[in-house]
Formats: sequence, C-alpha cells, structure tokens
Amino acid sequence: MSEAIQTFNQRQTASRPAWLGSVWQTAWKQGLVAALTWGAAALVTVALRDVVPWGSGPLFAKITAGAALLLLVLGFGVHRLGRVGEGFVHYGPWLIAIGVWLTLWELTTAKFGWLPKPFFSPPHGLLNVYVTDGPRLLICIGYTLRLWGLGFLSGVLVGYALGVALGWSKEFSYWGMPILKLIGPVPATAWIPCTFYFFPTTFDASIFIVALASGIPVAILTASGVASINKAYYDVGRVLGASDWYLIRKIAVPGSLPHVFVGLFMGLYYSFAVLVVAEMLGAKFGLGWYIQFQTAYSGYANVYATLLIMAILCSGIVRLLFVGRDRLLTWQKGFIS
Amino acid sequence: MSAVFASVADPRPSLSLAIRNVGHQFDLGGSKLPVLDSVSLDVQAGEFVALLGPSGCGKSTLLRLIAGLEAPTSGSIAADGVPIARPDPSRILVFQDPTLFPWATVRANVGTGLEARGVLNAQRGRVDEALALTGLTGFAKAYPHQLSGGMAQRAALARALVNDPALLLLDEPLGKLDSLTRLTLQEELVKLWRRRDFTALLVTHDVEEALLLAGRVVVFSDRPARIKAEFAVGKPYPRHRDDPEIVALRREILETLGLRT
Repeated sequence: MSEAIQTFNQRQTASRPAWLGSVWQTAWKQGLVAALTWGAAALVTVALRDVVPWGSGPLFAKITAGAALLLLVLGFGVHRLGRVGEGFVHYGPWLIAIGVWLTLWELTTAKFGWLPKPFFSPPHGLLNVYVTDGPRLLICIGYTLRLWGLGFLSGVLVGYALGVALGWSKEFSYWGMPILKLIGPVPATAWIPCTFYFFPTTFDASIFIVALASGIPVAILTASGVASINKAYYDVGRVLGASDWYLIRKIAVPGSLPHVFVGLFMGLYYSFAVLVVAEMLGAKFGLGWYIQFQTAYSGYANVYATLLIMAILCSGIVRLLFVGRDRLLTWQKGFIS
Repeated sequence: MSAVFASVADPRPSLSLAIRNVGHQFDLGGSKLPVLDSVSLDVQAGEFVALLGPSGCGKSTLLRLIAGLEAPTSGSIAADGVPIARPDPSRILVFQDPTLFPWATVRANVGTGLEARGVLNAQRGRVDEALALTGLTGFAKAYPHQLSGGMAQRAALARALVNDPALLLLDEPLGKLDSLTRLTLQEELVKLWRRRDFTALLVTHDVEEALLLAGRVVVFSDRPARIKAEFAVGKPYPRHRDDPEIVALRREILETLGLRT
C-alpha cells in the first residue's frame, strides 16, 4: 500500500515541474479560498441584474474584485510580509466568511429581492450612500465626535473626581452614595426636560446627557475601586510619613485604576447609546441626527450605512482604551505575559 | 558595605522607648475585645528586643501603637521622652506581608518614604544604597509580582531602611518565608542592626528566631497580652542555634509558654 502511494507521489511530482509543487506546498490556502469567495461576490454583483436599481453596483464589484486579486497575490506571497502577513493568516477564516456573507447578502437583497427595498439594502446600496452622501456624513462624524468627546471627557473627569471622593471620605460617601445609587439606574435621557431649563443651549444640554451617561459608571466603579484598596497600603504610607494628599495621589489613584477602566468601558458604551437621543435636541448635524432624519424618510440604507460608521467609531475608541489600559496596568500580575 | 551608609547624612541616633501601663481594646460592634493588659516595658537606645508570644496575642497591636497608627486605650508610650501621637518616619514598621505597592517598581516602592516627605530628588542616591544593602540592585525596575517572597520582604526592609529609622519595628517580617530564606534573612537582619545604629523591636512566635537575633526576649501571655517573663541573651553574634546556652534558654522559654520539650 505504502509502496503504491510512493509511486503515485513520484508520478505526481514527475508530471509537473518541481518549483510548482513547492509553491503549492507553501501557498496560504485559506487566502486562496477567500479570493474565491470575494471573487464570487464581485461576479454576482456584475453578472446579475438588480431587482430594483441601487447604484454603485459596478464600484462595489470593482472593490470586491480588487480584494479578491489582492487575496490571490497574498495567497502565494503572504509569508514574505512578516507580522502583517501573520495577521492576514490569523484572520483567514474570517476573510473567507466575509466573502461568503457578501455574496449571500447581494443575492438575497438586490439580486433575488427576497429581502426587499426599502427595508433592506445590499452592500452596494450602503456603498452608494457613502458615494452620494459622503461629504454630509463626514460633517456628521465631525459633529458627533465633538459632542461625544466633550461629553465623555467632562463626564469622566467629574465622575472620576467624584468617585475618588466617595471612596476616600466617609462623610462624602454617607451623603453621596445613596444619591448616586438612586440616580444611577435612571436613563440619562430621562433628564432631558430639566436640561432644557438649566442649560443655555441645546448643545450644552446634549453634552450634559452624554456626560451623565459616561460619568455615572465611572463614579460608581472608581468609588468601589478606591474603597477596595488594601488598608495595609495606607498604613504603610502613613508609617513612612505620607500626608493624606499623598495617600490619595499615590495609593488611592493608582490602586483603583483597574476598577476605573471597567467604569470607562461601561461609560463608553452608555455614552454611545445615548448619543442618538442627545442629537435629537435641536441638532443640525451628527450621526444620531442623520439616523433620525433618514428613518423619517424611509432611507434605511442610509441608516444602516450610518450605523456601520458608528459601530466602527465605537470599536475604534474601545481599541484605543484597551491600548491605554495595557500601558497603565502593566503592573497587574498576569496581565501581559 | 558599611562605608556605603556612613556616606549618607548622619544616621539618626537610635531611640529609647518607655511603655507605661499600656492597655488596649478593640471595639467589635458594641462588645469590647481587650488585647493588651497593662504592658510596661523600657527599651534602651540601640537595643534589639524580641517580643515573643502565641499568635494573635496582641504583640502586633503593641507595634501599631508604637508606630503611632493607633492610640492606646489607656497608658502611655514615649519615644525619647516624647509621647507618641502619630506616625513618624523615625519609627518605621515593617509588616508581616511585604505590602509593596503592586503598581510601583521596586525602586519607586523603596523611595516611597523619601518621596512622601518631598526629599526624593535631593536624596535619590539613598534609594540605590538601600537597594544595594538588601541585594536588590538588579531588581530596581521589577514590579512586586515578579519578586519571590524573600525578595519582596527584602524590598520592604529596604523601603524601611532608606528612611534611616531610629527605631525599626518588625512585625513577624520573616513569618511567611520558606525556612532557608528565613535563615538567610535572619543573619542579614542581625548584620544590618549591628552595622547601623537603630533600636529594633521584633515581634515573633518563633523562639529560636528571637534567641538568634535579640539581646532581650520578652515573653507575652495569651490575649489579652501581658508580659510574662523576660530573658537576657548575652551570647555574642553570630549565634548558633545548637549553642548549649541558646538551647537551654529555648527550653526555659518554651516552659514559660507552657510547652514541654
């Protein structure tokens, strides 16, 4: 039996040049399969007609075909790219799946019309939104990032200071903690009526809503972080002649950081969730405003396209936060190997 | 090595202690738990005294009172004739756990006392000296979780010594170490004490440790702690655990504690 295999192998290698065999041996097969699935998406897009025209179909086909070509090249050359190449190889199964997903998405929406317009959009429908409404979307991204940035930063700063005070001082905690626990579960958007009264402009009111959503989890987790620090550390500090201010800065603040980051992650998600509502308050631009505007006119493709932008923005910021956390918390055991 | 520390600004002269009728009790939600009962003890400047007694008898509480972390319920404690009201860097307490700040490097941990008093920049060299003295020079940039138990306790000692304490309060600092590390650090502790001019007060429940290190062993009773007996250890250093005099003292102390050997 093994003899038979051997002769078969010999015949195989003999029947084609040796270099071809080694190229095939070292090729990144998942990359080649991914090239096929992306190619299929391109083919489906150009070969079949849209049931209802969406626009930007050819552009989408060009992009997916380009990606398929790139994957084809990578399939044979990915090993020369070092770490970037390793990244591609790691996400090989994902790349295949995305190609399959795009193909099926094209077929079920634009091509067969099983998921009809306007409730569903094919991928090239979303692309068409970026192509036709790109400038306006860019302005909206700018407005949203400004609102979110101001709200999140001010909320986190105030929430953090409040949290340290709550965790540190018994008196402050006695009065503050019950109030915080009472306010905490109330959705930030419930304060909209009051904010209209208290804030000079609707923009300020929107900032306040976002700040509230991000500040409360930060405050609660910072307080619990400061309160959970081993009391022996404070004893050590006091024995070594530290003032209360030193104990706060050098023990309470760094010691509570792991908790604070949990609060920051929660605050980030909450703040994104209220962003859409906060942009209802008389805004003229912004992703939340855009979503509402398009929903009112049944521009669901635009809504999906905007949601995609928001998802990418949010996960990008989460990624940044992770990088910051890894930098600041290297001291945690087993955190970074 | 002794020259290293001689170069530092004069070490503070060691400190004497006068403990008078000290009683202390814990407030446990309404009920009172007495832990110290009329303890009186004089410690001469430069002495090495071991406080020996069963675990949880209240010895550690006495150290906390001397450090100034808590005030005694009754009685008084004076350092060089001055009543103790608050912690002071001249009296440094080394805890049973190293309690190094996990977020700071060994160097930053050792420098804590200097930084807290705002003299770190002026006296940065002392941190390096304390690290050298405790054999931690190569670990200056390490984080506490990267240290072994013995290394961590050395770092805790360096963090105390960098302040040039006149009184070093040691609360079972070797209690949780493996026996080999423990023997090494016992030797080093004696060397440090003989090289530097400070008074040392060591809480321990290890009779042998007390006899190897201290010039005087004070034996405490069960809680509430009362002084039961005192033993002078005249033997010169370095001492050996199988020295007949040490062995005899050990038997005597164990009998005082109610144990037969």
